[in-house]
Amino acid sequence: MNQTRQKASVAVPILDAEAIRRALRRIAHEIIEGNPRLEKVVLAGIPSRGVQIARRIAAFIHEIENIDVETGVIDVAMHRDDVGTRRELPVVRASKLPLPLEDRTVIIVDDVLYTGRTVRAAMDAISSFGRPARIQLAVLIDRGHRELPIRPDYIGKNLPTATREQIQVRLQESDNEPDAAWLERQ
Amino acid sequence: MTTRWTRKDLLGLRELSADEITFVLETTDAFKQVGTRDIKKVPALRGKTLVNFFVEPSTRTRTSFELAAFRLSADVINISATASSLTKGETLKDTARNLEALHADILVLRHSSAGAPQFLANRLKASVINAGDGAHEHPTQALLDLYTIREKRKKIAGLHVAIIGDILFSRVARSNIFGLLKLGARVTLVGPSTLVPREFEKLGVEVSHKIDNVLPSADVVNLLRIQHERQRREYFPGIGEYVRLFGLTKERAKLLKPDCLIMHPGPINRGVEIDSDVADGLQSVILDQVTNGLAVRMAVLYLCGGIAT
Repeated sequence: MNQTRQKASVAVPILDAEAIRRALRRIAHEIIEGNPRLEKVVLAGIPSRGVQIARRIAAFIHEIENIDVETGVIDVAMHRDDVGTRRELPVVRASKLPLPLEDRTVIIVDDVLYTGRTVRAAMDAISSFGRPARIQLAVLIDRGHRELPIRPDYIGKNLPTATREQIQVRLQESDNEPDAAWLERQ
Repeated sequence: MTTRWTRKDLLGLRELSADEITFVLETTDAFKQVGTRDIKKVPALRGKTLVNFFVEPSTRTRTSFELAAFRLSADVINISATASSLTKGETLKDTARNLEALHADILVLRHSSAGAPQFLANRLKASVINAGDGAHEHPTQALLDLYTIREKRKKIAGLHVAIIGDILFSRVARSNIFGLLKLGARVTLVGPSTLVPREFEKLGVEVSHKIDNVLPSADVVNLLRIQHERQRREYFPGIGEYVRLFGLTKERAKLLKPDCLIMHPGPINRGVEIDSDVADGLQSVILDQVTNGLAVRMAVLYLCGGIAT
């Protein structure tokens, strides 16, 4: 018991609901600037929070430009490189992307970017649907420690972290809790 | 709902919880989607070796597992009873140990003895998937039946499912009974008293020897193949009499509700348990079962084969 108590983590707030809203709205503006042909853009969220974030960015783009950007879901579980190393497996969701992808820009959307392995798996998954003109990456928080040559195009917040720290994100739609992000330190 | 899968083996539905069954069905949704992509292959089991070890002959189940493994990027070898050393007197355990010495990761086993998959699962590090053992269980067939019902009717709880035919010798029936009851369906077994004894009521199902009394309230009818090869004469007066009493003829199919699903695990004996017109009719989902079987087996191989052992 004492052991557990000593290990109890410290939570440091990073983003509150308003900061998350502003960050995603800014990302929406940047996507509009960087993509003159918005109708060719697909926001592909990685379950579960990436899907919610993709929908919110799409809603901001609609608010700003009155254009409906398509959203999709890209589940990476079956494309990961660590199969056979885990003692338990989470449920895999069906991927859903508007087809064909040939002349489109697919923007992968996730809550936290860390090693980059999930994004690699997402790019692999997207390739099995077709050959998009471009693939880009949008994340709410970039915490560093990349293990692959991957760099986000749109970042909500840059946050240098230590590997023993953890980032927690909560979103109203997927977690039934108020929007928040915080850092946990052991 | 369970949010995690932790089993290396799939031996039967009897030992799975309702949550685990639902977990497999939800995972199947994701793998069914893979079949609609440009590239119908994912790297989930890349570098893994799957052995299809079929001590009893089977073409469709073996082919379905084989294609499922290909779509998951696993390497596959097929061993059949006649080609294996079982005919030279090697024991099941020794054969299996030899397969493991080749570093097989997943063993898909079809065997005439009930319990053979359990026997191997207890002794091997590899994942063991039961592809049918004696008259015991055939879990992937029941899972694809459940998936097809859930896909077509959007639910399973509360539905009335009639399983018709050779229940006594049927591992398909047993696995279906366990799965359907766990997910809240009402199950009626229909057939001659020699093939559908009253003892089955102990499992929590109803038993009827009169098909015409059951068809009008059924939401699903699952027709089992009459297994000529397993029958001894005393169970079975003759094909003609069976058709007259229990065959799903065109005439009898009129008793069914318009939205009742007609299922059959295949291969069908046209004109015996089911009329040709009925098998090809609008209510028939027999070919959906084949398509879904592939997705279910991908899900099962991914889940059991993807667990660290």
